[in-house]
Amino acid sequence: MAVYKRAYRPYEGALTRERTRFLVMPRYALREVFESRLLVGFLALCFAPVLVQAAIVYVGNSPAAKALLGITPDADRQGLFVIGAEFFHAFFVAQGVLAFFLTAWVAPVLVAPDLVNGALPLYLSRPFSRADYVLGKAAVLFILLSGITWVPGLAVFGLQAGLAGPGWVATNYRSAVAILAGALVWIAVLTLLGLAISAWVRWRLVASGALFAIFFAGTAFGEIWRAAVRDSWGRLANLSYMVELVWRNLFALDLPRTLAQEMLDDRRVADPPVWAAWLALSSVCAACLWLLSRRLKAREVVR
Amino acid sequence: MAPVIELDRLVVRLGGRVVLDGLTGALSGRAIGLLGPNGAGKSTLLNTLLGFHAPESGTARIFGQAVGEAKALRRLIGYMPENDAFISHLTGVRFVRYMAELAGLPPEPALERAHEAFFYVGLGEARYRKLGTYSLGMKQLAKLAQAIAHGPKLLLLDEPTNGLDPPARLRMIRLIREIRDAGQMHIVISSHLLRDVEECCEEVLILKDGRVAALVDLEAERRANRKFVELETLGADDAFASAIEGLGCECAVYPNGAGLSRVKVVLPEAVEMRELFRVAASHDVQVRRMNYRRDSLEDIFLAAMKEEGGPRGGL
Repeated sequence: MAVYKRAYRPYEGALTRERTRFLVMPRYALREVFESRLLVGFLALCFAPVLVQAAIVYVGNSPAAKALLGITPDADRQGLFVIGAEFFHAFFVAQGVLAFFLTAWVAPVLVAPDLVNGALPLYLSRPFSRADYVLGKAAVLFILLSGITWVPGLAVFGLQAGLAGPGWVATNYRSAVAILAGALVWIAVLTLLGLAISAWVRWRLVASGALFAIFFAGTAFGEIWRAAVRDSWGRLANLSYMVELVWRNLFALDLPRTLAQEMLDDRRVADPPVWAAWLALSSVCAACLWLLSRRLKAREVVR
Repeated sequence: MAPVIELDRLVVRLGGRVVLDGLTGALSGRAIGLLGPNGAGKSTLLNTLLGFHAPESGTARIFGQAVGEAKALRRLIGYMPENDAFISHLTGVRFVRYMAELAGLPPEPALERAHEAFFYVGLGEARYRKLGTYSLGMKQLAKLAQAIAHGPKLLLLDEPTNGLDPPARLRMIRLIREIRDAGQMHIVISSHLLRDVEECCEEVLILKDGRVAALVDLEAERRANRKFVELETLGADDAFASAIEGLGCECAVYPNGAGLSRVKVVLPEAVEMRELFRVAASHDVQVRRMNYRRDSLEDIFLAAMKEEGGPRGGL
């Protein structure tokens, strides 16, 4: 029917699949995200380490390139061109930091505007549950963060595998698993934290600040605890520290010293066990889900 | 007609307070009004029908489906909330398309229907403007557009004329009546404005303190009250009364001084008003005044608010 004909007609066409309907949200949200030139610029910047790493992989596997650049085993004392778990882990830390900044930028605008504008009843009056809503919003961050973490990480791994051959893959396959699993853990923590903060803090800048504050406050708490009690269990509040512990465990990095000693040169304090790090991160995710369930309601009940 | 909404001892408790207290009734009109003073439970009933609040006991059914089956039921519902509810950075048409897609329409039909819905509510020219720049009246119409774009069978309107100036209110009422008369969907209007409900609805559920104060079939009331006509006449006599009764009406003539008479007539449905004038002319009776007074919704509402006993209207 032509739009100028003012008459109502019922809809009798096909409907989309209910299970995948939450993907409508990231489609709309990502379009808005990419309308910001600043954010597109930042995303492009996120690929700079990937390009550097790809170049290192190429040079590391090309004797001709090494010769051209004058790189000899003696010159490569730092082991820059030794491609293994340490190499991918270093890349992963860099991408993880960028993922955090991207979350602090994007997450605050995902949920807060819907709450401010009272749009939740509109979403939830449709065949669309609160879980679908969270899934849809989380998908926005998942897509963006995946794009700068495990997707390029595995691409670089694939490049190295292609250049080095199956022998290298047989001894380093665990790095690929670690890239994927480590990224998914980090994405889950950042996504849920970002959404929970966005649901509770209505102002964008404050929400971004709150995300930074949670990480810095956790670090401060952990170190004060360590200094006062002389053990490292307080560091369970330090999310970046816990994630790093999990990553190192996933990459099976054989560390000559504990991470705590490495970071703080404190030989008397041992790291918390890895299971405690997993538990701490799981608890944070569970707490965020609880906060979201408390906040995301079609109607607030005033007591 | 099969009931659109069935309530069976529905109890809803919010924040420790009973907000809906044993609502029972069946509503089957094409346009149903929910009336009541502030805090009577109108919006809570709408929210319960949408599955936003779970009943503590009792049941509510829409088209025979229990409201607990929220997802299946919401496919059939379009909802226009009372308060501001929009996504300010989206253009009008994009907002409605987004909402239609979330309701399950594929992208292309959703876009087509978003345009249609905007033209239908009269915002066609403003559909590419961002919602944040809309006036209050335009936002109300945009909310109506998103509620109808996916083609629901039941439209729930919560205070649709809230905050509108008189011309905007008239436009909204006209739209609601058009939707009602098109016959494609049922409408439930929650309002504390009697006039809005009276102008749009065929059936009215009046709530008071979370209870049913009255369930009124407005159409039947209108028909029933149309039968009462009071005439002030000059020259009415027994022959005139007999002639009126010959039409099938009940008639009583009372002297009213100065040669005038007061004639009370109860008109059957088949008898038109002009028949009375024809009989009066044939008997040379002057009709000086005619009082056609019907029981307005305001009377019904006020009576319901005063009544402390059981609900009126056959519940």
